[in-house]
Amino acid sequence: MFSGAALGAGALIVAVLFAVALFLIVQALPTFSAPAADITGGKGFFSYIFPIVIGTLIAATIALLIATPIGVAVALFISHYAPRKLARGLGYVVDLLAAIPSVIYGAWGASFLASELKVPYQWLADNLGWIPIFAGPASSTGKTILTAGIVLAVMVLPIIASLTREIFLQAPMLHQEAALALGATRWEMIRMAVLPFARGGIISAVMLGLGRALGETMAVALVLSSGPLIASLIRSGNQTIAAEIALDFPEAFGLRMHELIAAGLVLFLITLGVNMVARWIINRHKEFSGAN
Amino acid sequence: MATLMTERKRSALTRGRLPKYTPYAIAVSAVIVAAALMALAGFNVFGWAFLAAVLFVVGNVSSSAIVEGRRKATDKLATSLVLGAFLVALLPLISVIWTVLVNGVPGLITPGFLGSSMNGVTGAVDNASVANHTPVMGGVYHALMGSVLITLWATLISVPVGLLTAIYLVEYSDGNKFSKVITFLVDVMTGIPSIVAGLFAAAFFAMILGPGTKTGFVAAVALSVLMIPVVVRSSEEMLKIVPNELREAAYALGVRKWRTIMKVVIPTAISGIASGVTLAIARVIGETAPLLVTAGFATTINTNVFAGWMASLPTFIYTQIMTPTSPSNPDPSTQRAWAAALLLIILVMLLNLGARLVARIFAPKTGR
Repeated sequence: MFSGAALGAGALIVAVLFAVALFLIVQALPTFSAPAADITGGKGFFSYIFPIVIGTLIAATIALLIATPIGVAVALFISHYAPRKLARGLGYVVDLLAAIPSVIYGAWGASFLASELKVPYQWLADNLGWIPIFAGPASSTGKTILTAGIVLAVMVLPIIASLTREIFLQAPMLHQEAALALGATRWEMIRMAVLPFARGGIISAVMLGLGRALGETMAVALVLSSGPLIASLIRSGNQTIAAEIALDFPEAFGLRMHELIAAGLVLFLITLGVNMVARWIINRHKEFSGAN
Repeated sequence: MATLMTERKRSALTRGRLPKYTPYAIAVSAVIVAAALMALAGFNVFGWAFLAAVLFVVGNVSSSAIVEGRRKATDKLATSLVLGAFLVALLPLISVIWTVLVNGVPGLITPGFLGSSMNGVTGAVDNASVANHTPVMGGVYHALMGSVLITLWATLISVPVGLLTAIYLVEYSDGNKFSKVITFLVDVMTGIPSIVAGLFAAAFFAMILGPGTKTGFVAAVALSVLMIPVVVRSSEEMLKIVPNELREAAYALGVRKWRTIMKVVIPTAISGIASGVTLAIARVIGETAPLLVTAGFATTINTNVFAGWMASLPTFIYTQIMTPTSPSNPDPSTQRAWAAALLLIILVMLLNLGARLVARIFAPKTGR
């Protein structure tokens, strides 16, 4: 009986994941059969979903470009630079970043960060305006996709930092000691004995961070003043799937509701793909890592 | 004696090295030079610290490059960058906590904030309190109750399912195909965007109970989709580290497998399981997006999770910021939002601390 219950619980999890996909598909179906003119924008589902998919990708890319180098460096600091006694405490501090609820990051980004970034955006528009991504006129509120990307970066950072820290700590000690014994400096030791070992782990940590950044809702919903797809990162505009759903779903009914669920399905498939690849890399890495 | 000292300084082992005080000297001069430059260009503390740090790194690395050679200089540059990245990562944490404290404390200590709901607090009430400079009316009692109830129901759903799955994976599966599928899917499930979990619950109950069904229970189901994988992962890790000798000793005494698990394995691992569950609660209590699409927005106290819209702390923060109660005077709403944010952070931190406390309390007694 007990083993049956345990097996049942396991089966339930598999069922739930399939149910998530199934219900999203069923509820999204009316969107695909509806005439193109009825879809928001009036040109069919594809031209509705395309701009917000791109917007989602832009925000996630900004977040990763910022969070990856800093996250890896933070992990290195905790695993190889900080004094042993401090390292544990510092790890907790970084984990605190992950504990703060996303809506609070959103509120912080909208009220504090956005107004701090107005001046830099104006400077970018004035001096680097010839680059399409910094084309002016700069947003007067600072609520742009770049701000949203920065807030996302803060939220992704602890994920990348804590996962890569684990990998760095697994790097074979003998190799590191051998490098130091041969006269390598600390940085040379890290570059020769730690980073090559950790490459797969870093990639998968970044991909898990990407999954989080793609699906994060509140930071974007609160921070970004949305609009149509534009290339400039410092003007208001662009939108992400998750924020679009959060902003419109509470008031949506009928076809609009099915449309948003279809958008959710697209988001689900994208993050599912990203996460599966990341997990696959981790599992492949596990099999022949020097740690076990 | 004097000749010995000079000889030691010139010995091949210490040649081409900067004296130990160099970084301190460079740091002091960087701070002074930065202060001087900032005094010329208009002083602010942040710019001063940043400029001093840049000057220090440049001075340290270039002096090392001249005296000690390229390799040592690269090493110092890497050290500075790594430390710098860590300090940069701390900035948002400090900034967020500072912002929430500064903006949240006035609202949180307003009398009645914790004890009253938003029932009857309209735009006119807010306009009046701004005009008369009276304390802001309204509170978070309804949202606090909603958050607690929704999270409680999510926990009631997730813990049995998650724990039983972990038991199946560790005790019964023997690493068969099905268990590998479950492990993989649990990993994938941790990556489901929270808004998609909310949409799933909304779509599921829309099909069963008709479209537009929004109750606390729908929200609890959405949250448990997010919570189950966390519980499975942490309990699985904890069950795995229970020593096999304990199980074998129980079997040797003729104890049935389920009884061994209930009486030996789980009590041994309970501290880790309980702290994992507490951390999972801390994670979902701050989730906003799924509640937006499943629980609706309520301004009154609703303690029935099966009927009617329900407020929660995260959605309370969100609605107070996005749609202030009084559009012409958003300040009271902003104050309430930040106070609720402070309350939410305090709750999450308490849960995180509680997780460690729980781990200590439930730790199996060793010795006599």
